[in-house]
Amino acid sequence: MSRDNTCLVSTILHLNNSTSAAFQLHNKHSASTIQKMNKNKKTSRRKFLVRGGLGTLGVLAIGTYVFRNPLRRKTLSIAETLIPPYNGSGTKANLWFEITKDNQVMLHSSKVEMGQGTFTGLAQMVADELDVAIEQIQVIGAASATGIVDGLSTGGSLSIASLWVPLREMAATMREMVKGEAAKKMGVAKSDLTTKDGVVSGGGKTMTYAEVAADVTEWDVPGTPDLRPVSSYKFVGKPIPRVDLAAKVFGDPIFGMDAEMPDMLHACVIRPEHIGATFKSADTSKAEGMNGVVKVIETEDWVGVVAKTFSQALAAKRAIKVTWDIPRKWTESDIREMLQVGKGDRMITQKVGDELDPEDADVVSIAFSSPIGAHAQMEPNGAVAHVEDGKATIILSTQVVGITQKQVAKALGIDTDDVNIIPTYLGGGFGRRLNTSHAVMAAKMSKEVGKPVKYFFTRKEEFQNDTFRPPTHHIMRGKLNANGFLDSVEHHYASGDVAINSVLMPGFAHTVLGTDFGAMRGANIMYEKIPNHRSVQWHTTLPFATSWWRSLGLLANTFAIESFIDEMAIKAGKSPVDFRLAMLGTEGNQARIRKVIEVAAEKSGYTDKVKGDKAMGFAASIDTGSPCAQVVEVSIVDNKIKVHKVTCAFDCGIAVNPDQVRAQCEGSIMMGISGVLHEKMTLKDGQLYPTIYGPYEMALMRDAPGEIDIHLIQGAEVPLPVGEPPLGPIGAAIGNAVRRLTGKRVGDLPMRVG
Amino acid sequence: MKISFNINGQPQSVEIEDPNTPLLWVVRDMLDLKGTKFGCGKAACGACTLHVEGEAVRSCSYAVKFAEGKNVVTIEGLGDRENPHPVQQAWIEHVVPQCGYCQPGFIMATAALLAKNPNPTDEDIDNNIVNVCRCATYTRMRKAIHRAADLTPSSKVLNE
Ligand code: FES
Ligand code: FES
Repeated sequence: MSRDNTCLVSTILHLNNSTSAAFQLHNKHSASTIQKMNKNKKTSRRKFLVRGGLGTLGVLAIGTYVFRNPLRRKTLSIAETLIPPYNGSGTKANLWFEITKDNQVMLHSSKVEMGQGTFTGLAQMVADELDVAIEQIQVIGAASATGIVDGLSTGGSLSIASLWVPLREMAATMREMVKGEAAKKMGVAKSDLTTKDGVVSGGGKTMTYAEVAADVTEWDVPGTPDLRPVSSYKFVGKPIPRVDLAAKVFGDPIFGMDAEMPDMLHACVIRPEHIGATFKSADTSKAEGMNGVVKVIETEDWVGVVAKTFSQALAAKRAIKVTWDIPRKWTESDIREMLQVGKGDRMITQKVGDELDPEDADVVSIAFSSPIGAHAQMEPNGAVAHVEDGKATIILSTQVVGITQKQVAKALGIDTDDVNIIPTYLGGGFGRRLNTSHAVMAAKMSKEVGKPVKYFFTRKEEFQNDTFRPPTHHIMRGKLNANGFLDSVEHHYASGDVAINSVLMPGFAHTVLGTDFGAMRGANIMYEKIPNHRSVQWHTTLPFATSWWRSLGLLANTFAIESFIDEMAIKAGKSPVDFRLAMLGTEGNQARIRKVIEVAAEKSGYTDKVKGDKAMGFAASIDTGSPCAQVVEVSIVDNKIKVHKVTCAFDCGIAVNPDQVRAQCEGSIMMGISGVLHEKMTLKDGQLYPTIYGPYEMALMRDAPGEIDIHLIQGAEVPLPVGEPPLGPIGAAIGNAVRRLTGKRVGDLPMRVG
Repeated sequence: MKISFNINGQPQSVEIEDPNTPLLWVVRDMLDLKGTKFGCGKAACGACTLHVEGEAVRSCSYAVKFAEGKNVVTIEGLGDRENPHPVQQAWIEHVVPQCGYCQPGFIMATAALLAKNPNPTDEDIDNNIVNVCRCATYTRMRKAIHRAADLTPSSKVLNE
């Protein structure tokens, strides 16, 4: 077998005659094992459920991992870091590993791969404890019927961080299980056996893991072995090429959009284009007689049309006339009016020392804002659904496998266990796929026509039905002391929903928590030596959906805070680097922030002097325990801001795959550049606009800095979040460079000069 | 109506009801070549880029009838694991893809650019590679494009 980790996914997705057998087999084994497993509700820590003899696949599967007491795990001594425990089901027996006949290990990942490199990092972690070569591991997203799927989501940059201990422990346990079995089969004492590259050796004999596993139905499960020291690892810590590299370079059919099922039909959906509009009536008569149209489906809030081909469905959609109730045409100024510091629910999210008196003549106050942001991920949302005999199978790109499973079950009125969600590779996530309610729409349409249905969004639907990054408004206040350092700083910020009202957290959570913790990301002041500092949130639910967008509140909050810090450094006549360092402590995270600031300043040769047509900008942040400092070199040509170089110092603890950590830094920096220089959704005639790339301006190749110079500092003994924290500093860093070039402070995003 | 063209070197005929159907859907849904992606359907993102007579074409906005008698190449026909195209080789060396969805379009656009301009400058790249990558892999792509130029035999010939 090639080292192509995606072949099983391809097989599942690509259902033509030759491979449908594999698909059915997969389904069958899911159904029967689920029933079996459910009877076995109780499992102790020591007890792995073991499946053997799945016939043609020649599989050893090990099941449930029940966690060690989390306190026993070596966790982070870093106060601010909150890595929630891994959220997979801990009680339901499911599939993590399979050893195939040809001695490959299949890892059923509870987390999905959306570009962040998680599959590669997980494969590295498994390889080092299971003693297999990286080429022997295939990673696939676990389907809800067979694997452990995360009960919450793949998101928050937590995949590697949260699986760091449990996954390695499972791999180590499996290694010991194989060794124990090999000892019996080989007649050699277990202590005399060694493992390497999927082969057990000892007493002059060798056996592959597959040979060991063949025909075993009862396994002895040892206690969880101790993990090996990180320094001994061959794969963890190395820049291993992505396991999905070839599939993505040669165009393999690995995405939700590429999924097919036999006899599949295509659907288009008409939904309201105006914010808050509701369905009134539809004239579908013309569409119903059109070529290829199988059925037009009216529901309470949308109309679907199912046809033989996508083009036919699209043509029929255009022939349907829907009348909507549009109670109000929301405008841009309505939103700005609602979303302001001083309006909505107030919550103090940080409070140290005294409050500033805004009337004090020495208080400096600056306002900042950020616009509505779209996810604009390249693969549109969609799903292929087949509902038959009270069972549903759905293939899609999603960050929420478990939640989607529950939603579909509820909508169809069937058991959760009768819904199999098969996640594919995601053509981008960025938080957009935390809401995959279209799986329900596809399932309903499939049920209506009794055949598999593929439904995906047009790009206009995608832009109009996004769960947007909410707009924000910030007022920064601060006051210098006699020595020219900050005596007080306050961040007052207004935001729409981020975590509140998302699928991960219902609206009532607000009354319990009082604050939207998503909007809060990056909102607190990180400089502990400022005697008085506070952060105050004003939360408002807007009339359209807003939610998670890569790094949540971090981009806008850091833009406001770090722009303000820079302005105060200028006012104090101090270098912005020294100014920051003087306000940081020397312990724990304070020391780690200090370090990234020092490294970024040194490696970039930072100066606050304008050189020729270029100036540098400096900013730093800490998000979920991973501090990051960035220095940009910027010029302005024809009123356009050009970023020439970015230097980035980043501390995410152990970099499981340094090359992919770099890739995430590069991606975050570029996405940040795109966000702060170009992107903006507006309201026009009660609709969200624009609805297409181009008019929705984004960074392209021409916006890419000539160089992104990344310095990784591994200042913690565990892997910490990677995919979002580097989005923090970039906005303020650019604004601070622009300030040096123009003398003007940019307050509003996207930045405009001249 | 029947439309005939060459796809990835093989003659192919399709029976199509509407000759204005975008080539993208013929390639993806009728010929089952899923490497060419749908991103926007309005020639605005480049995810659907393939080659018609060696030119990069956004197939979502290219009616299949225009392909009649022409040579069409998709990512599947550009190269394979045993025999990667220099652009694919360079992409592998620089580990360019993240989510990967935009990558076939970029690779096809780059291959077409290099066929015409074997040694593009940064400015040539900026002006010609105008697809959208939301994972924003642009800095690696730029390096990979220069590397692909080095790997392309024709560029070496021209350099000498
Ligand atoms: S899908 Fe053709 S350009 Fe976007
Ligand atoms: S790699 Fe994800 S859109 Fe380009």
